[in-house]
Amino acid sequence: MPLTELVAFAIGALRGHRLRTFLSVAGVAVGIAAVVALTALGEGARQYVVQEFSSLGTNLLIVIPGKVETTGMMPFGGTTNDLTLDDYRAVATRIPLVVEAAPLATGTEVIRAEGRSRSVAVFGTTAELARVRRLVVGSGRFLPSGDSDRGGSEVVLGLKVAQELFGAVSPLGKVVRIGEWRFRVVGVLAPRGRSLGFDFDDIVFIPVRTSMRMFNRSSLFRILVEVGSEGNLTPAKKAVIELLAERHRTEDVTVITQDAVVSTFNSVFNVLTLALVAIASVSLTVAGVGIMNVMLVAVAERRREIGLLKALGATTRQVLAVFIAEASVLSSLGGALGLAVGWLSIRAFVQVYPTFPAAPPTWAVVASLVVSLGVGVVFGAVPARRAAKLDPVQALVGR
Amino acid sequence: MEPSTIDCRLSTLGPLGFPGIDLIPGVVAMIELKNLWRTYQVGDSEVHALHGVDLDIARGDYLAVIGPSGSGKSTLLNILGCLDRPTAGSYAFDGRDVGQLSDLERTQLRQNQIGFVFQFFHLLARLTAQGNVELPMLFAGVSRAERRTRAAEALASVGLSDRAHHRPDQLSGGQRQRVAIARAVVMGPGLVLADEPTGNLDRASAFEVMDLLDAMNRRGQTVVLVTHDPEVAGRARNTVRMDDGEIVERS
Repeated sequence: MPLTELVAFAIGALRGHRLRTFLSVAGVAVGIAAVVALTALGEGARQYVVQEFSSLGTNLLIVIPGKVETTGMMPFGGTTNDLTLDDYRAVATRIPLVVEAAPLATGTEVIRAEGRSRSVAVFGTTAELARVRRLVVGSGRFLPSGDSDRGGSEVVLGLKVAQELFGAVSPLGKVVRIGEWRFRVVGVLAPRGRSLGFDFDDIVFIPVRTSMRMFNRSSLFRILVEVGSEGNLTPAKKAVIELLAERHRTEDVTVITQDAVVSTFNSVFNVLTLALVAIASVSLTVAGVGIMNVMLVAVAERRREIGLLKALGATTRQVLAVFIAEASVLSSLGGALGLAVGWLSIRAFVQVYPTFPAAPPTWAVVASLVVSLGVGVVFGAVPARRAAKLDPVQALVGR
Repeated sequence: MEPSTIDCRLSTLGPLGFPGIDLIPGVVAMIELKNLWRTYQVGDSEVHALHGVDLDIARGDYLAVIGPSGSGKSTLLNILGCLDRPTAGSYAFDGRDVGQLSDLERTQLRQNQIGFVFQFFHLLARLTAQGNVELPMLFAGVSRAERRTRAAEALASVGLSDRAHHRPDQLSGGQRQRVAIARAVVMGPGLVLADEPTGNLDRASAFEVMDLLDAMNRRGQTVVLVTHDPEVAGRARNTVRMDDGEIVERS
């Protein structure tokens, strides 16, 4: 009996019991839709976080003063050397793997202009930061390049700072006061929004040397180092540590990589997605048991038909095949419907939250289809075996 | 089934469009039953539906089995149709010992050599008359096109060409039984077993059905008929009367 004939016969039988067919198809559909939608959300959350980190600049090394380690009592040693601008220049110029590096010194200060004032985070840095951190300037330009030791009185405003202080008026060329210091506005950043809980629109950038004087600091807060590719991260990290250890005569800095953070989040979200899959699998299993029930009822109700088919010359294997075909048709229909429902609900979700990149991963779609077919075959097998083993006489008289 | 056997049967189509089987009636015993027992276990007690039935049925015979309810008629018919196995005794079909056949071989025997007509028709409600007649061919692996042609021929031979696309609930009882007869003969079986074929029909329909069974027999098909109705039994060439699981009279 060719497969097409078998499927046609199965569909005919299913059409004869529309309500029952609909219920079991719906059961599988809910299971598959749940798998698709939940994995899409999990995958979306993962992508969202990875994207957020990438937007900070990839292939980034972050140099922090101080060594993160547990040590014993060291009464006369163990002091931490400052991370100086000279250190920064050494890192930027003497390590070939370093493509770009930018120093960072921070503090909080009150900024005043046009009779208004606002407390902002002040970042002291150099022109290189714009490239390292992928900063986009909306109007004017970023800090002037040149000697990092030069100081200077230029300031670049975050968009929100600019709007709060100047309203609709362009702040370019205007003078602002930060604490007791006077600055001239050279640029305003393009809107960037909140990222990982930090408002990039509510900050100002000034030359690094000026900020160190302003906040009376001898040490940088961070050195950000961009290396050419992901493969360069480890050797570059080693080179930076060695260079600074040589300069400080002790290893007293910590270097972390963005990708370590990203991969941690990645694995967290992979576990989350797997957990969602596990939850969805439960509903798929429930759907499978539903199919089994439906098929068992079908076998009980159709004893006469089974007896007749056998009397007419259907072999045990053919009866088995007919019932497995029915279960498979049920679950494939359910799978297709579930995919459609899952996909549509994800589309609707993305319409509402366009920034959330929710999309079901291919493996989840493929796996859920395979599983739904498998569910049909596996859970259809028990009732089908029961049907095939029915004694034709007993089945025909309906005892 | 291999296509060659199908071709073979098609080439020996009888006068009504059915395949003729063995056109020399009465020469070979088609069925030989020797000391056949069938015992059911009902609770603690054993019920002997058949005890010690000896019966030969010649090829081309037209045999009526009569007797009261519970006399073992239907049990006998089920064993003849390979739907049931005897508890003891032997059953030979065309010289083959049916007791030695595997499940699959018995199924193939039913498929190719035996046609069934039931009291309650047993048509599938979701299929048209055409679809019901095609069923045995579906499981025998006959191609779709050939199934169409042969089912149409079989329906024509029972006078139901114009009802081919009606479902059973759109047909009268007599028409349903005629569809069942078309289904029984569409594979060209040598043996047709009818269990109370007129039991559920009015007189006019019963006559139509009996005419069809007569015609089958005239074409050389062996017909075994179980009935209560003496008038129906009178159509048959031979009659056996059963009582309490035994054959008590042969004529």
